[in-house]
Amino acid sequence: MDAIPYTVHERPDTGLFNAKLGIWLFLSAEVMLFGSLFSSYVLLRIGSPNWPQGASLLNIPLATLNTVVLIASSVTVVLAWASLRMKNLQRCKLYLGLTMLCAFIFLIVKYFEYSAKFAHGLFPATNNFLGIYFTLTGLHALHVAGGIVVMSYLIGPGSKMWRTDPERFTNRIEVAGLYWHFVDLVWIFLFPVLYLL
Amino acid sequence: MPFWRKYIFSTDHKIIGLQYGITGFIFLLLGFMMILLMRWQLAYPEQPLPVIGTWFGEDFMPGGIMTPDFYNQLGAMHGTIMVFLGIVPLVFAAFGNYLVPLQIGAPDMAFPKLNMVSYDLYFIGGVLMLCGFFVPGGAASSGWTSYPPLADIAPIGQTVWLIGMVFLINSSLLAAINFIATIFQLRAPGMTWMRLPFFVWAQLVTGFLLLLAFPPLEGASILQLLDRVAGTSFFLPSGLFVSGQPMNVAGGGSVLLWQHLFWFLGHPEVYVLILPAMGIVTEIIANNIRKPIWGYKTMVYSIVVLGFLSFIVWAHHMYLTNMGPAISVFFQATTMIISIPSVVILTALFISLWGASIRFNTAMLFALAFLPMFGIGGLTGLPLGLSAADIHLHDTYYVIGHFHYVVAPGTIFALFAGIYYWFPKITGRKMNEVLGHLHFWPSFVCMNFIFFPMLIQGLAGMSRRLYDGGSSYAINQPVLHWNVVISIAAFIMGAVQLVFIFNVIWSMFRGKRIHDDNPWKATTLEWACPSPPGHGNFLTPVAAYRGPYEYSVPGAGEDFTPQYQKQEK
Repeated sequence: MDAIPYTVHERPDTGLFNAKLGIWLFLSAEVMLFGSLFSSYVLLRIGSPNWPQGASLLNIPLATLNTVVLIASSVTVVLAWASLRMKNLQRCKLYLGLTMLCAFIFLIVKYFEYSAKFAHGLFPATNNFLGIYFTLTGLHALHVAGGIVVMSYLIGPGSKMWRTDPERFTNRIEVAGLYWHFVDLVWIFLFPVLYLL
Repeated sequence: MPFWRKYIFSTDHKIIGLQYGITGFIFLLLGFMMILLMRWQLAYPEQPLPVIGTWFGEDFMPGGIMTPDFYNQLGAMHGTIMVFLGIVPLVFAAFGNYLVPLQIGAPDMAFPKLNMVSYDLYFIGGVLMLCGFFVPGGAASSGWTSYPPLADIAPIGQTVWLIGMVFLINSSLLAAINFIATIFQLRAPGMTWMRLPFFVWAQLVTGFLLLLAFPPLEGASILQLLDRVAGTSFFLPSGLFVSGQPMNVAGGGSVLLWQHLFWFLGHPEVYVLILPAMGIVTEIIANNIRKPIWGYKTMVYSIVVLGFLSFIVWAHHMYLTNMGPAISVFFQATTMIISIPSVVILTALFISLWGASIRFNTAMLFALAFLPMFGIGGLTGLPLGLSAADIHLHDTYYVIGHFHYVVAPGTIFALFAGIYYWFPKITGRKMNEVLGHLHFWPSFVCMNFIFFPMLIQGLAGMSRRLYDGGSSYAINQPVLHWNVVISIAAFIMGAVQLVFIFNVIWSMFRGKRIHDDNPWKATTLEWACPSPPGHGNFLTPVAAYRGPYEYSVPGAGEDFTPQYQKQEK
């Protein structure tokens, strides 16, 4: 009775393996975290007499580029999982690499956006719009960076599991993919709320 | 396995449960000692603390007399330590880790490594919190609720508090994910939802509360951290003056925002403190009345409803703010509704006692004491839930008396009950009953002498935020003598706990050995494995064949029919 059941296969009555339930629970907590910050945004904005239009301070073309990049990365992470289901580790690694590349592009674009703001003397302390902008996008960028760490592990040392326990490795890619979709989804909300409204 | 792998960086749920338990109790003791220092100051303001007064140095207690700043630090840290470092880790993580996998018939938690990480995060967060005392200006001093703008402009100890808090929140999140996944995925064959022991149900609901309520506090902590280190003004309104000087910030923030985010956690947190305690008490009562719990299913539905409702009552902590009467009315209604499921659970437990031949062992005494004590705690909450009465009572000792009745003689008695009850499971020996009685009766009396006078003081209008115990106000004079009574009861209470500590250590080595794996003749699955259980728990595959509390089944050979006993055809 040492091994933990349902790490690889689904439990019949719940239809889930452990890690999949785990990641969904984790994501529900993440929804509450970002939800609380979005609510803070709403409350601060309602209470403010002169809330600036996002477009007057932020760079919409760059953010649009980033949106496209992130959506593309969501597609590639699904393709990575699909390749593993077709028993093709090399192609999976290729798609994971592409996903990571997109993540890096996103962060580099974000870096240029941030430094342009700082160069114009726009800091988190300047006003509450910029404060919540830097908080939300900064926290999101940390999540992107976290995704990069996970994927580099799965491409690198983590991929050894493919030889010993291929099904469990496929599950891991799926779980990482779910997390990545969430990171993408947060941006889909951030973009209109901060830049367009 | 080497020592450090087996006991320090262990992935075994039982060892992690014990780690949580020992660490949690040390923090509980620390928090209690802090309040003893404060109780001296409240009973004998401006008098030097005898013997140990000078140990705290000139910064905190010059000449043995506590400074107001130190009093504030102790107050804030007492609350933080008791709630986030003491009770939650004990009642949820320690008991849950040890018992949930055993009670559902699982070999371990669903994610053993994650389990280890959540303990480590808790430990780091706790040590960080305590480090606050050693930074310039001392530890956080803005109360355990850290209301801005006070907390935004407090000394650096508040930053340490916030960072510690982020660690603790992440620890609780990982633990909550682990518990929920374990209960969903690792139930033994036949362990259907309505066969789960009530304790497991309580842990499941608590897991969801932690999972969904803690992230908003994490968001709030991040915002307050940015206010303090990056100069933002999320919680700082425009035109704020500090010590007569206008504050040099952009302004435009909202102090109510923090309160909403904090209490969105804060209220479910109350149920995080009490629901597992109800679970523990139910297990012990069921075992010692030797008959089925009355209304098990009703209790399960009630606890689920309770969990859901606890998310929509938070603003009853905020009637005194300017959030408006319309919002107050909504939260007043939900607060009244949430008392119903708690009353259902308590009533079911009371009715269970009816006509039972009760075994009065120490565990049962603590469990029985829980019922009226939690009853007082709950009922004194009703006037606070009504916004009109709350305006008079809110900033008085009444509130302190009310919630301590829930948490101290409520949850902590349940903790004691659980330790006396499951001690044989963990060590293979029983705790000493005589010492147990010597622990229970004085504790029970002292608890009431500590907290009931607070209700009296509060109704008389005594403010709960006075460093000198209220002696500088004429209005408090008629109830001032209670300060001395409370403090003396608290000191005796502290002394009595030494009996408990002695009993635990003595019984570990000299306690009466149990000859049967099931010394209490209980029905739930944790008694199906050896006491103490080895790594991997059960020696043979285990399954549940019946409900959790089949005591005194008519026609059965004995007065208990364990869940793991096969149905007779």
